[in-house]
Amino acid sequence: MDVNLEVFLIILGMGLVTYATRSGGLWMMGRIKLSPRVEAGLRYVPGAVFISMIAPALFTGGLAELAAGILTGAIAVRTRNLLLAMIIGVLAVWLFRQVK
Amino acid sequence: MPQVFCYTWGMSEQTSNEKPTKVEPVTYDLRGVIAGIRRTFPVGISIFAYGLIFGVLSGQAGLHIFEALLMSSLVYAGSAQFAVLGMWIAPLPAASIIITTLIINLRHVLMGAALYPWFSQVSPLKRYLTAYLMTDESWALTMGEYMNGRRNAGFLLGSGIVAFIAWNSSTIAGQLLGGVVQDPAKYGLDFAFTAVFIALLLGLWRGKGDLLPWGIAALVAIVVSQALPGKWYILAGGFAGSLMGAWTYGRKS
Repeated sequence: MDVNLEVFLIILGMGLVTYATRSGGLWMMGRIKLSPRVEAGLRYVPGAVFISMIAPALFTGGLAELAAGILTGAIAVRTRNLLLAMIIGVLAVWLFRQVK
Repeated sequence: MPQVFCYTWGMSEQTSNEKPTKVEPVTYDLRGVIAGIRRTFPVGISIFAYGLIFGVLSGQAGLHIFEALLMSSLVYAGSAQFAVLGMWIAPLPAASIIITTLIINLRHVLMGAALYPWFSQVSPLKRYLTAYLMTDESWALTMGEYMNGRRNAGFLLGSGIVAFIAWNSSTIAGQLLGGVVQDPAKYGLDFAFTAVFIALLLGLWRGKGDLLPWGIAALVAIVVSQALPGKWYILAGGFAGSLMGAWTYGRKS
C-alpha cells in the first residue's frame, strides 16, 4: 500500500471539489438561477479541455502520430466504440513508426 | 445508450414539454434501488471497458495500483481522472490538477440542478449521500426514469452502485494488465492516451456550433504549450474554448 502523502492529499482534494460539484447543483437550486449563457459555457468545458490536451501533442508530433490520430478519429466516429478506436490507434502508430 | 463512449449531454431532455402520462409520488426505497441496478447493467459493461483503459493509462502515468483505486473511488469521475493523468509528472502540479478536476466536473452542478425537483423531496441525508454517485451515465438513466413519470429516487443509488463497482474493479484490472507491459512506447502504447481523447472528443460532437469553441481551445492550447512550461495549456485552452462557447450562445453561426 504505497501511497505517498502528497499524492493522497491531491487525490483527496480532487475528491472534495468533485463532491462539491455533485452536491452543489442540488444545494444551489432554488437559491440562484444560472443564465442560459453560463449553462452553454459549462457544457463546452469537457470538449474544450479534451481538445486542449491532445492538440499540442498532435501539433508537435510526427506524421505517424497525425495519421494514426486521423484513423483513430475515423474509427471512433464510425463504430462509437472507445476501446476499438484506442486499439486501432495504438496499432496504427506502431505500424506507421516502423515505416518511417 | 450502451455504447462505450456515449456522453450524455441530455440537457435538452429537461426542456422537453411532453408531460409524462402518470406521475408517481416521490419515494426512495429498495424497489427503486433494484430497478436502478437492473437498468445500469448494460451501461456497466461500457463503464468497465472505459475503466480498464483508465487502469492501464494510470499505471503508465506512474500511479500505483492503490493510488489509482483511491482516485477511482474518491473522485469517481472518468473524464477528470483521465485529464489529470496528462499532468501526473513530478513535481506534481497540485493546484492545476485540482482546478482542472473542478472545471471538468462543473457540469455536475447543472446535472444536480436538473434532479432538484425530485430529490428536494427526499431527506437531505439521502439526497447528499446519493449525490456522491451521480455520474454522466447514472444521471442520464435517472433522468430517463423521471421523464417516464417514475419517482423512486432510490434508482440513482442502484445505478450508482453498479457503475461504482464497474469503474473501480476495472481500474484494478487495468492496472494489473498494464503492469505486464514494460516499454509502452515500443508497442505504440504511449499513443493510447491521445487515441482515447480523440475518441472521447468526437463523442462530444454536437454540430457545427462546436467548431469555433473547439478551434479556439486547440489554438490557445498550442500557443500556451509553446510559451509556458508544464500543463497550463490544458486549463488555458479549456477556459478559452468554454468562454467562446458561452459567447457564441444564441448567436447565428
